[in-house]
Amino acid sequence: MIQKKEVVIIGGGAAGLAAAVACHQKGIEDILIIERGDYLGGILNQCIHDGFGLEKFNTSLTGPEYAQRYIDKVANRKIPFLLNSMVIGLTPQKEVVVVNSQGLQHYRAKVIILAMGCRERTRGAISIPGTRPSGIYTAGVAQELINLKNYMVGEKIVVLGSGDIGLIMARRLSLEGAEVIMVAEKLPYSSGLPRNINQCLYDFDIPLLLSHTVVDIEGNGRLSGVTIAQLGKRGGIIPGSKRKITCDTLLLSVGLIPENELSREAGITLDNITGGPQVDERGQTSIPGIFSCGNVLQVHDIVDNVSLEAEYIVEGVIEYLKGKLTKERKIKVELGNGLRYVVPQTLIRVKDIIFSFRVNQPGRKKILLFEDGIRLIKKKSLQRVNPAEMIRIKLSSKELEGIKRLKVKLV
Amino acid sequence: MKTTNNNYDVIIIGGGVVGCAVARELSRYKLNVALLEKEADVGWGISCRNSGVVHSGFNYKPGTLRAQLCVEGNRSFAKLCQELDVPYKKIGKVVVAQKKEEVEELKRLKVQGEKNGVEELEIIDSDKLKRLEPNVKGIAALYSPETAITSPYLLTIALAENALNNAVSFFLNTKVKSITRLRNSDFRITTNKGEFTSSYVINSAGLYSDKVAHMVEKDKYRIYPCRGEYYVLDKNASWIINRLIYPVPKAVSGGLGIHFTPTIDKNILIGPSNEYIKQKDNLSTTSQIMKLLSAEAQKFLPLISSRDIIRSYSGIRAKQAPSSESGYWDFVIEESNSVNNFINLIGIESPGLASAQPIAKKVVEIIKRKENLKTNSNFKPFRKGILRFEEQDEKTKIALIKQDPNYGEIVCRCEKVTKKEILEAANNPLGARSLISIKYRTRAMMGRCQGGYCLPRIMELLKERYELTPQEITLKGEHSYLLTGYRSDEVSI
Repeated sequence: MIQKKEVVIIGGGAAGLAAAVACHQKGIEDILIIERGDYLGGILNQCIHDGFGLEKFNTSLTGPEYAQRYIDKVANRKIPFLLNSMVIGLTPQKEVVVVNSQGLQHYRAKVIILAMGCRERTRGAISIPGTRPSGIYTAGVAQELINLKNYMVGEKIVVLGSGDIGLIMARRLSLEGAEVIMVAEKLPYSSGLPRNINQCLYDFDIPLLLSHTVVDIEGNGRLSGVTIAQLGKRGGIIPGSKRKITCDTLLLSVGLIPENELSREAGITLDNITGGPQVDERGQTSIPGIFSCGNVLQVHDIVDNVSLEAEYIVEGVIEYLKGKLTKERKIKVELGNGLRYVVPQTLIRVKDIIFSFRVNQPGRKKILLFEDGIRLIKKKSLQRVNPAEMIRIKLSSKELEGIKRLKVKLV
Repeated sequence: MKTTNNNYDVIIIGGGVVGCAVARELSRYKLNVALLEKEADVGWGISCRNSGVVHSGFNYKPGTLRAQLCVEGNRSFAKLCQELDVPYKKIGKVVVAQKKEEVEELKRLKVQGEKNGVEELEIIDSDKLKRLEPNVKGIAALYSPETAITSPYLLTIALAENALNNAVSFFLNTKVKSITRLRNSDFRITTNKGEFTSSYVINSAGLYSDKVAHMVEKDKYRIYPCRGEYYVLDKNASWIINRLIYPVPKAVSGGLGIHFTPTIDKNILIGPSNEYIKQKDNLSTTSQIMKLLSAEAQKFLPLISSRDIIRSYSGIRAKQAPSSESGYWDFVIEESNSVNNFINLIGIESPGLASAQPIAKKVVEIIKRKENLKTNSNFKPFRKGILRFEEQDEKTKIALIKQDPNYGEIVCRCEKVTKKEILEAANNPLGARSLISIKYRTRAMMGRCQGGYCLPRIMELLKERYELTPQEITLKGEHSYLLTGYRSDEVSI
């Protein structure tokens, strides 16, 4: 039997909760959040450090505190949710198959909001050579083990990759008495936020070695050591730079991948760079009525932006439900120099629109230009740009009035 | 029959696919059999680190055991897998020529295969190749419809479990240190777990079969480790090929060339490379070979992208042919000339998987020539594996959850493995209790996130099931502990 729903939200983490609350605020009551974990809040529950909520709530919260604010809202509004329930099927007709201990349930929704978050890139995906001992963890798994289960993953630790979770975990494990020998980063700049480099590494005297990577792993039972090497400008190993580090643990913080297996199954068009669906200005994917927000759309560095993005796309959900979201026109946002990606990838109407970008490399005194091929639409000076920090810029409907094309570049 | 502790009629050394097949074949008779395995589970050597191909038998020199047993094994493989509830699929194979001169070699292989008794071999032109494999680049191919795939580790586990069920004793974590002969001519086998005695010893120690043989007979055999590295591709790439895609083997080579294998679980394997190494336990992967694998992939299947790679691993061939000679020596399946009742299985490299059961039958024949073996009328050829929730139809899924709600909890999201399956694997009859044992039995942690989601959950289930301390949870047995303990346990108020 198929149960009908107005809005089904897949994922009960930061994005899913914010989207649910925003839908409810706009008068939609027939909502269902489907969460595979034991509790709502997703990955926030294991992020026990603070620094969340500065933008959204004007105060510094821990991950669980931040999640709780939304969980309370969901509870107050009596928004229905399922826990321990995994979506195992999604169709272009917006049918969802859920499995849990009660059995299989089928839902057909008018709108589906994808909020599945992201997963960590693994050793296998980046092909680190060497043996395959125990003691190699992605930073997020190590975080879950220490923060939620009280298990220590190791005592002498090398971190590869300077993503934020890696930096946070370097501090976390230091606080627990482990020796964090170094953080090695393949690129000549860090992929984590500057504040995390200061607070998690420098305050704890943990060296950050830029342009360094792990080129070998040793140990047959437990990890016994890694070899690191310095990389030259073209990414090759600098001769003579290899050195062996004795350690029992290697933590990987080498990137996050939006979790779009269901999107792919439904036939949603994905963006090769972001790894998320290609969307219009309100997060609508290539399948009308299926929206996407949060880390499944693009990997964010700040959770506040995840919540903001989720609330923002709900405007589109409402219009879609009212039948107002017609595809008046379709403008592809063209990506120029200096930028790695842009979200949204297409525009279908004239509205106030928030664009998200990431740059290709760090720089100072840059200018972001929006052009329509003939005239300059908007110009924004940026004192400092960094691939680790997402840039979000709003263009008003007035600025976008009458454009035929839209090109963005960084000069 | 002997009944005292650790006293057996036959002791098998080595729990790879061949050792386990021997154990099962012997359990058809009224014999007291034990198998000793140095690792924490069966099948952790060559048996879990190959392409999982049930070869049809055209690659091997006519008249050799390799040719004969492979063809025999290929023909009975479907039945074996059916009895043991192991996945098997006859998907066929193409050996692809990219240059004119390679076409001659295809013809030679076809003639050789036909001599060996391989059926339905066909040379196909580029048009037919295009129809069969639209994404493969080649000018002609040898098509072998009889070639099949299986899961080599599930088969090894299944053989072991079936043998166990038919009263063979399994001793894991048991490493043989020495073998001596007692006055009554029985063997005394000393291990890290104590002494065993037996009338017969089957040496199926794979890479270490030379070392084990050496314990009773000096310097008769030598095994040269020859490593092959693989890449594993995401299931999302499975559409690229339909069959096994092989290059034309080079005249003098110790392997069949880097090929593309659709696995039974819909991943694609690229590999293996072919490199003689010094240490038998060096299972490293290397950046040089990984580059080579990518380059070979580009040659045959340019559609493969590095983004599809989810893992790399290596396996080690147990070769008798030294690196100076390369190529192949035939399998050794014989009783030692000088040491009665000591049966050597040496140099069982490819096609060892396809040949496992015929090899085991040969071992039985050798013993039968000397002993009057009585049939075990209680022998049960069938064994049930762990039911895979994900592969069931919707009706069955609903019924399963009703029957046990643990089927409704998906622990491994990528491979959609349920808690029920994990618990069944944790309760495996062999008593293997490491993470890798769960992985091979269920596929949990084998998907694109490589355990990122399910690893902590599976650790917890194992810990509960066996009442382990955190330090006792291992990846793959001794010394591979995953955690160093609890932290911040005591809170002072």
